[in-house]
Amino acid sequence: MTKKRIDVLLHKFVPQHVLLTKEESQKLLQKYRIDVNDLPQMFEKDPVAIAIGAKEGDIVKIVRKSNTTVKFVDYYRYVKKEKV
Amino acid sequence: MSYTFSRTKMIEKIKFGLLSPDEIRKMSAARIITADTYDEDGLPIPSGLMDQRLGTIEPGQRCQTCGNLVSNCMGHFGHIELARPVIHVGYAKKVLKVLRSICPECSRLMLTEEEKERFRQEQIKHRKLFFEGDEDAAKLVFKRARKSKVCPYCGAKKKKIIIEKPTTFYQEEEGKGSRRITPIEILERLKKMTDIDLRTMGISAENARLEWVIFTVLPIPPVCARPSITLDSGIRSEDDLTHKLVDVIRINQRLRENIDAGAPHLIVEDLWELLQYHITTYFDNQVSGIPPARHRSGRALRTLTQRLKGKEGRFRSNLSGKRVDFSARSVISPNPYISINEVGVPIEIAKILTIPTNVNDWNIEEMKQMVLHGPYRHPGANYIIRNDRRRIDLRYVKNRKIIADMLAPGFTVERHLSNGDLVLFNRQPSLHRMSIMAHEVRIMDGRTFRLNLTVCPPYNADFDGDEMNLHVPQSEEARTEAELLLKVQEHILSPRFGGPILGGIQDFISSVFQFTSRDALYNKKSALKLLYLGDIFENNPDFSLDQLEPVVTDPEIMYSGKQIFSTLFPDDLNIRVRSKFCKKCDVCEEEDCPYDAYVEIKNGHLITGTIDENSFGAMQSNSILQRIIKDHGNARGRQFLDSATKMLLHVIRQNGITMGLDEVYVKGKAFEAIQKILEDANEESERLIRAFYENDTKILKRAPGRSMKETLELRIRQVLAEARKKAEELAADYIGDKAHSVIMTKSGARGNILNLGQMSAVVGQQAIRGERINRGYSLRTLPHFKVNDLSPESRGFVSSSYRNGLKPVEFFFHAMGGREGLVDTAVRTSTSGYMQRRLVNALQDMVIENDGTVRNSDKNVIQFAFGDDGVDVMHTDHGSAVNLDVLLLKAKSLDVEKIRTEIKKAPAVKKKETKIEEVSEKKPKKTVIKEKPKKVEAKIHDEEALQKQYEEETGTHAIWRSKETKAYIEWKKQKIG
Repeated sequence: MTKKRIDVLLHKFVPQHVLLTKEESQKLLQKYRIDVNDLPQMFEKDPVAIAIGAKEGDIVKIVRKSNTTVKFVDYYRYVKKEKV
Repeated sequence: MSYTFSRTKMIEKIKFGLLSPDEIRKMSAARIITADTYDEDGLPIPSGLMDQRLGTIEPGQRCQTCGNLVSNCMGHFGHIELARPVIHVGYAKKVLKVLRSICPECSRLMLTEEEKERFRQEQIKHRKLFFEGDEDAAKLVFKRARKSKVCPYCGAKKKKIIIEKPTTFYQEEEGKGSRRITPIEILERLKKMTDIDLRTMGISAENARLEWVIFTVLPIPPVCARPSITLDSGIRSEDDLTHKLVDVIRINQRLRENIDAGAPHLIVEDLWELLQYHITTYFDNQVSGIPPARHRSGRALRTLTQRLKGKEGRFRSNLSGKRVDFSARSVISPNPYISINEVGVPIEIAKILTIPTNVNDWNIEEMKQMVLHGPYRHPGANYIIRNDRRRIDLRYVKNRKIIADMLAPGFTVERHLSNGDLVLFNRQPSLHRMSIMAHEVRIMDGRTFRLNLTVCPPYNADFDGDEMNLHVPQSEEARTEAELLLKVQEHILSPRFGGPILGGIQDFISSVFQFTSRDALYNKKSALKLLYLGDIFENNPDFSLDQLEPVVTDPEIMYSGKQIFSTLFPDDLNIRVRSKFCKKCDVCEEEDCPYDAYVEIKNGHLITGTIDENSFGAMQSNSILQRIIKDHGNARGRQFLDSATKMLLHVIRQNGITMGLDEVYVKGKAFEAIQKILEDANEESERLIRAFYENDTKILKRAPGRSMKETLELRIRQVLAEARKKAEELAADYIGDKAHSVIMTKSGARGNILNLGQMSAVVGQQAIRGERINRGYSLRTLPHFKVNDLSPESRGFVSSSYRNGLKPVEFFFHAMGGREGLVDTAVRTSTSGYMQRRLVNALQDMVIENDGTVRNSDKNVIQFAFGDDGVDVMHTDHGSAVNLDVLLLKAKSLDVEKIRTEIKKAPAVKKKETKIEEVSEKKPKKTVIKEKPKKVEAKIHDEEALQKQYEEETGTHAIWRSKETKAYIEWKKQKIG
């Protein structure tokens, strides 16, 4: 069965997702002195994770507009495998 | 004093599991055989339910098992041997699931080895990550096992198992219909299960083998868990649990006798079922499918589950919320003369609540006096704790003089609550943190708690019979915390929105409106009185009336209300606000506003504008109070509020605000005009109705997306609403601006124009579910109308005013609309309350850590910056961290020349810093205050220069919390020698 794929990244409700490099991830964890498990999580099967090619163990930065601030805000997600 | 080392003990783990029959027998202190409790002499029957081996509840009696007295014996379990096994209701569902997944013959889990292994690996992985089994995975096991038809091990066919709620199981046999499977059979099947199978299904084989949920032995809780009560008449009344246990034992006994006597199968089965019923209701008396066990009076018994469950259960009632000592509750009433920081406490309460005070060399005389006064005279004491920790009850001391002389440092006196003590004050529902605040005690006569009117909004209190609770902190730490964090003045600014939650309410708003309107003039005598009442002379000793420029000198010297009210402001207050009654003209004339609705305060002087709710009310951001607190702190804000309310109270007393029926009596031409408007509206709706029936689309044009009927309804509602509006305006014009009711609505103190219009002109359309009233009889609302009458009066339009009185039909419609409102509020409060509870439970332990991240108790990051911007809403201006308008206003009002000369005067070292501050517009606050510190500076110039030098050299503070730091003192010694 061939499904017509939609590029989720183009949807206006999907904020910008950035895959962090190993160094950037390390920096982030050091900055907040946290373990990867302390971060909020997203699944490897998440459509956006698939689209940007995030794999288990990666950290994804999500850039979002906020109601309370003028600037964009960064959120971080730790990519995890979904349980069976 | 020697050091005592406290040892911290950590709970390593908590294990939950089921009790096995062996365990039950092992922990049992007595086997219970007799269904009776006490014999004729009132002694517990041995091997009865009140057996003395189960622990004592009688004082002075020693426990037969552990030998302790009541206070030390925690009770001991007993047991009953059941004649036939019985299922635990709480686990019936689990038993069903397992029975459906296992082979009826060999009791193996009906999955292949590979499948089992796969599920097990998943479980192990999950356990490593989360330290617990995965319930979802176990669910999958059941789902998969249920599908298999044949046992992969013994080849037996699976049989369908049905449950009849709550505890009866049936198995479908081929061709023979269904057959009941007895607990004995279930027990056998479960016993045969292997440990590995159990583990795969998410059941621990060591701690909770499933066969243990089928009772062969029933534990009997100790007596202290079900104490009997002796009534005044000497009759013993047993606990519900005991009653239930009596039933269980009696039936068990009968069952055993019948089995032993070889009674017919049917009778045994019946008794067995009865035993199952009693044990089921012993655990849970609200199981669906069976009638609850009842007391002789017909009341349902309160058994184990009922003890724990729900709002009145052990968890929510006794563990999450407890009754406490050192607390009081009473009706509240107002007292505008006490500070917002205070609470009036009845002397009778003050004589009961105590504060433990350590006796030392400085307070020993005072304490002696209190001890002499004893427990019944107010500033007295109830107890003394000697330094050997013995407690003396002053109620039973004959000669208090001796005790008072005995007092020495190291003693503790539990003295009465007295003026100035800090207490916590609370009103339920405690929905936000301002529901509990610390107040200073003020002992008063009477029997109610007294409270300043301006603290009503945070508590959401009024005086129609509200009660509030008071708690007395007992430790020094608690008092300090209350002083610094919980005092009312620390909560003037609300963390919910950037603004004060306190402020003038109701009459204070009316009062300030009249006081600061253009025509409010006061002669010297009354001005002085007002100034005195507003504590001006107390707060500002340099003040004299001569500093005010009288607005009128002929025939008498007169001061304006605006001037007098301005004396309450700090000197550097600068605000511009529009009043509530601002007409919102196209071009605002600002200071020259013809309605005096543009409030401008310049350097602490109210120049134009009438102060009303927008600038003085509670829960108004950018009000005078907020500006004062932002610049001068909470204490100054409190002072302003306290003195302003006292002053305004006098004003409103002198003016007198009241409202009578005649105020809303519209008569003559105005009344006729209103009637005309209503008639026109009636005619217009008649026309529309006619057009509807004639399908005249010129008059009644169909609204998009609506049927003709809906369009008609819409148009009629519009016409009537317009008419009401017009009538209201007419009435408002007739009543005029000077009427007290209008002053109240205009200033925002209470009510609105609509209320006034309903009283004087027309009440208007009554609605149910947003539509004109259309229920009642078929095709009509009341028998007074013809069928299909769509006219305004038949569909709930009330054309009378409240003053003129409603017609009977109108009154009925009005009641219908009113009822809907009541039901709505009732439903809303309960649903929103539950929603709030869930939210609070989910969010309560989140904390903003030092790195600015929001984390939960596991230290997981929830948000990287609180609210995305890391700003504390409490210290904002209506949510934004910087309010540029206010800053600009402040900068504009500065005296530029004065600042320039001061910059020139400033010492060389200082110069750099002042310049930086001058440039940065963000902090004009500091530039404003500049004048004051400079005067002091000249005197201690040397010291200051030293400090500056030190700070520049080391980069640390020389002064910390207004004290010189140790490092700085060291450094200074080296410098000076």
